Amino acid sequence: MPEPVQQTIRLSIGSRYENIELVKAVLDETLESLPIDEETGYWMGIALREALTNAIKHGNALDPEKKVDVCLAVGESGVDITVEDQGSGFDPGAVADPLAPDNLLKTEGRGIFYMRRFMDKIDYDFGAEGGTKVRLHKKFDASGGSAEANQGGANED
Amino acid sequence: MKIDKRQRDGATILDLQGRITIGEGDVALREAVLAAVGEGATNILLNMGRVRSIDSSGVGELVAAYTTVTNRGGKLRLFSLPNRVLGVLEITQLITVLDILEDEDEAVASVA
Repeated sequence: MPEPVQQTIRLSIGSRYENIELVKAVLDETLESLPIDEETGYWMGIALREALTNAIKHGNALDPEKKVDVCLAVGESGVDITVEDQGSGFDPGAVADPLAPDNLLKTEGRGIFYMRRFMDKIDYDFGAEGGTKVRLHKKFDASGGSAEANQGGANED
Repeated sequence: MKIDKRQRDGATILDLQGRITIGEGDVALREAVLAAVGEGATNILLNMGRVRSIDSSGVGELVAAYTTVTNRGGKLRLFSLPNRVLGVLEITQLITVLDILEDEDEAVASVA
């Protein structure tokens, strides 16, 4: 596969769940030309969904007036996805462990866990005047796939 | 998300097709399970064979469905899980909690 073309794509969406599909479609299109195998791309898509869900639901509290800014940056060694909301931030250290026995049957609280699992690295920035920016990183694999494939199975779409 | 309901040997089977993701399949799944429970179903089997994808919201709805049915004394089973769906449940250790069966025959037999 040829060297990936370095590019940056920026999107700004309203805080509605249906917009998740728009961003996901842009990610899928972007990944087609990159040295990331289908399996890894699938899990990146799930991680992106979780980041967008957190921004729309927890960050912007479903306020349609608040925006979520997304940046897909293809670099020499991998892809960085940043998702930024206009909420009041949160303490990542205070997020409960979804694997704790008392939390297994909770209906929420697994999104960040999935993001960490499906990406190589995630970190957070918090703006001085509010807003949470999460950055998801996935590195390319020299063999032409991604550095780490996670699961197996059928196509999403 | 498309959900069809049918009966077999006293069990209510919900055939799920599509994505169980936020704002789409998660709500449809919740409504379908609550409707079945409201109609008196006690043994509910979720056919996951045509579920293309699931996110944390969808996983949350599966957990909610499980607790809703079991708290009413019923049984909820999942069967024919695609590998990717199974993987999402495995890494959050939900396969130790939810009742997951290989196929429909096995699921029906488990509640007979």
